[in-house]
Amino acid sequence: MAQAKPKAEGQILDVRNLRIEAVTETGTRVTLVDDVSFDLNAGEVLGLIGESGAGKSTIGLSTLVYARTGCQITGGQILFHGRDLRGLNIKGRQSLRGVKVAYIAQSAAAAFNPAHTIFDQVSEVALQHGIMNRAQVRMDAIRLFRELELPNPDVFGGRYPHQVSGGQLQRAMAAMAMIAKPDLLVFDEPTTALDVTTQVEVLASFKKLIREHRTAALYITHDLAVVAQIADRIMVLRRGKMVEHGDATQILQRPEMDYTRMLVAERVAAEQSKFVEGHAEGDRPILEVKNAVAAYRGSIKVIDDVSINLRRGDTLAIVGESGSGKSTLARVIVGLLPREKGDILFDGTSLKPRLQDRSKDQLRRIQMIYQMPDVALNPRQTLLDVIGRPVQFYFGKGRAEVRARVEELLRQIDLPPEYITRRPHELSGGQKQRVCIARALAAQPDIIICDEVTSALDPLVAEEILRLLRRVQDETGVAFLFITHDLGTVRRIANKVAVMLKGKLVANGPTQQVFNPPFHPYTELLLSSVPEIRPDWLDEVLRRRRKAG
Amino acid sequence: MKLFGSRITFVAAIGVLIVLACAGGAVFAPWIAPYDPNLPMGGRWDPPSPEHWLGLDQIGRDMFSRILYGGRISIGLALLATSLAFVVGIIAGFAGAVFGGWIDIALSRIADIILSIPILMSALIIISGFGTSTTVLVLTIGFLYAVLVFRVARAVAMNIAVLDYVEVARLRGEGLMWVILREILPNALPPLAAEFGLRFCFAFLFVAALSFLGLGVQPPEADWGSMVKESALAIPAGIAAPLYPAAAIALMTIGVNLVVDWLLSIYSRPQGENA
Repeated sequence: MAQAKPKAEGQILDVRNLRIEAVTETGTRVTLVDDVSFDLNAGEVLGLIGESGAGKSTIGLSTLVYARTGCQITGGQILFHGRDLRGLNIKGRQSLRGVKVAYIAQSAAAAFNPAHTIFDQVSEVALQHGIMNRAQVRMDAIRLFRELELPNPDVFGGRYPHQVSGGQLQRAMAAMAMIAKPDLLVFDEPTTALDVTTQVEVLASFKKLIREHRTAALYITHDLAVVAQIADRIMVLRRGKMVEHGDATQILQRPEMDYTRMLVAERVAAEQSKFVEGHAEGDRPILEVKNAVAAYRGSIKVIDDVSINLRRGDTLAIVGESGSGKSTLARVIVGLLPREKGDILFDGTSLKPRLQDRSKDQLRRIQMIYQMPDVALNPRQTLLDVIGRPVQFYFGKGRAEVRARVEELLRQIDLPPEYITRRPHELSGGQKQRVCIARALAAQPDIIICDEVTSALDPLVAEEILRLLRRVQDETGVAFLFITHDLGTVRRIANKVAVMLKGKLVANGPTQQVFNPPFHPYTELLLSSVPEIRPDWLDEVLRRRRKAG
Repeated sequence: MKLFGSRITFVAAIGVLIVLACAGGAVFAPWIAPYDPNLPMGGRWDPPSPEHWLGLDQIGRDMFSRILYGGRISIGLALLATSLAFVVGIIAGFAGAVFGGWIDIALSRIADIILSIPILMSALIIISGFGTSTTVLVLTIGFLYAVLVFRVARAVAMNIAVLDYVEVARLRGEGLMWVILREILPNALPPLAAEFGLRFCFAFLFVAALSFLGLGVQPPEADWGSMVKESALAIPAGIAAPLYPAAAIALMTIGVNLVVDWLLSIYSRPQGENA
């Protein structure tokens, strides 16, 4: 397995039989982390991987001797340089946090105070604990900004958080974490909220930082391909328990446990799956968007001269980074945001720009599924209400017929008919998304617009949802407009793809054609930025880009 | 025990008991009250005795019986005024949140103008203009409180109206009434129920305050506030008579607040943990 590691001497962290529990209001105890052990040496990176709720973040926070409200560290030891952190009093914890152990969170935008400059916030820990004086901190911060390849490192710190991009702010947070020269860094999904093209740069600067400072790091993520680039060892977690722990290459290439194998196989499939063939029927498009232009409150055009078309049985993926206008395009098509110019033809007739002016039948034939099933379902309604309403509303069916139809739809989405009386909070995330699909199907639509429907789900659950959508399409011939930022998803479901950049369409056509040379330069950048599970992928990309640029 | 689908806490249970006791006393006053509340039967401010548990008032009427009957008026008026405030406030607030645009702007500015004058001042002006009948009292308090309820209802509905499930209903082509009554209202109920309790307390104290000033309930009818006023002269004499109706006011307010706190705590808890 793993090669021999320097024992004791370089050891920073040794976590033994860690156990963390949450106590609910009714007094029942829930075990969040159960008997997890690992150690970490200087310069070593341990990747923690698992689905949401696996306990990754809880473990990460425990190295700061912190547990979220309602949670408690109830067992085990957290040895930091051989001393158990659990014995520390408040003062001891204060001098540990941010100084010896630093935390880098998912959303830098939420971690920075908008009212202070970046430099003030980066230097705060070092100044507060009297580690350095202002001049020294300044020099160190500038050096860190330079190492992290931030633009104009000498003046970068003078800016406010809203004046820099998301990727830059995320790197500034790394500078904030590094300023007191901690022995241990905890990265908690630090690139998850970033666009793929930005993720590459941020990932590269994190890797460089860890390597140059020989800091030990815990890297928490749900993406195997990301952890493959940065971790020496990987621990796979599931429901608070360790599933597998080993050398990164071993976990990625020769996983031993079934669960790990499933995770790896899913990720590999995302990279290698063949392009989907279209099974579109007929030549006449069901939906044609012609040169659509739309803006919020008449200001900057959010979508500009966009034309797409969709036939029955087609799946057209709209890809692009955040702010590219892909969700706005969906809002324009359904009429939530009236278009300013251009035309939208639905089944040969022009759709009115405003939702309120369209006929009930037109509304029925275009349905939508959202990213967050939690807020897309009314928490006070049972599944009978949720799925039954469109049946009753569009087809005027009576109670018994509605109920029969809902049961049929539940079967179609692989949920037991008994669930008809359940409410959303009694379902898992994947089940909720299935219910949203059933609600859309209840209207018997011609088109379903899927807005990032798998992004909020764990990879294995997302895969099931995609499989369900494909089956639904085979059965009903419905066309999908699939909005996503995840190119792996595009490969697996879409026969056509449209690439958007700053509100404009830069490429549009069959997936096979758009995703193969000759590329549009932006498509190529997008494609090459999607992390691959090979550990040398990141270095390779950077080398290639340096050569090109 | 469960209430609103949530386990009730010990403190909340005490609140519920207090509220039930006060309300029960008011509702069943004719059966519980040992004496006629308007019949003098002894000396001025006679101290408590086995016959008269809380003693007699300034013209020798049984204090305990008067508190029971006074509760009917105090609680009844407050309940009527609060209900009126909620019907008007919720309709206006939801309309503002859902329609947006000029309707929202107009309603909000009207609310700002009304609230720029202290509520007690507005109430005094209206009541001096229209006279001191109970109808005017209820309408005045109901109308003024509707403005406050409007703000809360609008804020609550605003938060719900932007959620995807409301958008789904709009995309489906649902009418405004469906969106308001079926999608928004059920999810706005817990915070509005808490607000109802709180508003009720204020309305209750407001009626008491107006009565204490002599603008509320007129003799021989008496609510708890006017009873405090009528007995106020006893304070310098070291007699406890005004404390009993005052204690009733305090008790009722505390009881309702305990229930409200608990309602707010279940509302702020994430969905799914209510079980």
